[in-house]
Amino acid sequence: MAFLDVREVHKTFATPRGATHVLGGASLALEDGEFVAIVGYSGSGKTTLISLIAGLLAPDAGDIVLDGRPVREPGPERGIVFQQYSLLPWLTAHDNVALAVDAVDGARPAADRRRRTAELLALVGLTSAAGKRPRELSGGMRQRVAVARGLAMRPKVLLMDEPFSALDALTRASLQDQLLRIWGERRSTVVLVTNDVDEAILLADRIYPMTPGPGAVLGPPIEVGLPRPRQRRHMSLQPAYQKVRHEIVDFLRASRGGGA
Amino acid sequence: MRRLVLPLLGMVAVLLVWTALSQTVAPDIPSPVRTWQESRRYVLEPFFKDGELNQGIARLAFYSLVRVGKGFLLALLIGTPIGFMLGLSRTFHETFDPIIQFLRPISPLAWLPLGLVIFRQSEPAAVFTIALCAMWPTVINTAVGVRSISPDYLNVGRVLKLSRLKMLTKIVVPATLPYVFTGYRLSLGLAWLVIVASEMLTGTPGVGGFLWQEYNSLVYSHIILSVITIGAIGFLLDRLMGVVEARVKAG
Repeated sequence: MAFLDVREVHKTFATPRGATHVLGGASLALEDGEFVAIVGYSGSGKTTLISLIAGLLAPDAGDIVLDGRPVREPGPERGIVFQQYSLLPWLTAHDNVALAVDAVDGARPAADRRRRTAELLALVGLTSAAGKRPRELSGGMRQRVAVARGLAMRPKVLLMDEPFSALDALTRASLQDQLLRIWGERRSTVVLVTNDVDEAILLADRIYPMTPGPGAVLGPPIEVGLPRPRQRRHMSLQPAYQKVRHEIVDFLRASRGGGA
Repeated sequence: MRRLVLPLLGMVAVLLVWTALSQTVAPDIPSPVRTWQESRRYVLEPFFKDGELNQGIARLAFYSLVRVGKGFLLALLIGTPIGFMLGLSRTFHETFDPIIQFLRPISPLAWLPLGLVIFRQSEPAAVFTIALCAMWPTVINTAVGVRSISPDYLNVGRVLKLSRLKMLTKIVVPATLPYVFTGYRLSLGLAWLVIVASEMLTGTPGVGGFLWQEYNSLVYSHIILSVITIGAIGFLLDRLMGVVEARVKAG
């Protein structure tokens, strides 16, 4: 059995206009230390899938098993970086991260926890902004706080739900590079959800394309196979990059019914 | 400049209409000039005390403010926890919301006699009435605030597996605070509205009590003095709470 095993999960939401069948048997598997991306059109059910893995929602059918234990409720071992950052606006950047550190490392001495919070803020380059509230930070800085908070949970798998989609292109590129660096240092297990094919190829070991809903499923995974450490500048010129990109785009187009 | 001149012009216009009315259709109402002449001692020596209900306007206002303060504080102490429980517990909400909606529109004039029956003294009866009437905006705003907490914030708490207590102190209360303070501001406004009615009915010393006594003694200029004082203090209280509220919202 894989480290994280998602098998045939179904999810239907009741809406005032009837039931919406979002996921129709999505499956994925990843090993410890792997970086996997899920790519799909907006609204296809990616956020629903990641919420199921996080345990924030319960599947109607199917199983989610992490490290041999079935997922039944949310927990820090499945740390999540939300799309809209979800930083607590009444806490400083430091306190947002410290909240997670204290929750997970509550048994350790206060000095250790303080040091760990400082390390995490340094890791995302926010030491000097530690005392600021979220509204005083740029979108990119906020998302870095959210990443630091996600890592603070000591997750077995870090779930990232379109973490950079609300950012401008330049900031997004710089955050992708930072994530690449952090992942290179820590080799955390990551599931990244994105609608940006290039982002997925840059970051992931393996990519699952998601068919557009209703009843979305994941297509067969595509191995990226590009050597690490990766450099954004040279990547897009490599034939392997182009091949992976075509495979994903072709799958997504075909699954949408051949349209544009 | 404009922001100073226009309100002044507005005030002059009201004084003119007041003068005109006092000369024509309402001859019993003293003109602004006469009102000032008959009230100047109360304003210029605001702390004199000749008798229980014949005191400088600042003294009278002070009595009223202390009474309002007590009632308001009681309203917050009762209203805030009820609001949180309404927002947090569906069962509590379904059990008590109908009765709250039923009690809310009851006038202070209706509660006061009950207060007098219960406490047999005018002072606690007045405080009881103020608290009972003023707490509803706090109750309702707090409950609405709890229910409008972004699910994202709650999800953060769920992922971190925060204890119930930490969830409350770290997420629910801070997220609700801006709503709570809007409730407090509205409650204070109501408390000030109620004080006049309760003092009038109980005859206790204060601006409202003074107003009613002067009506009975046919000193109409002092009614106007009281009305203006009530308005001025109400305005100041609202501004004061507005500043506190803005502070809280700014975090």
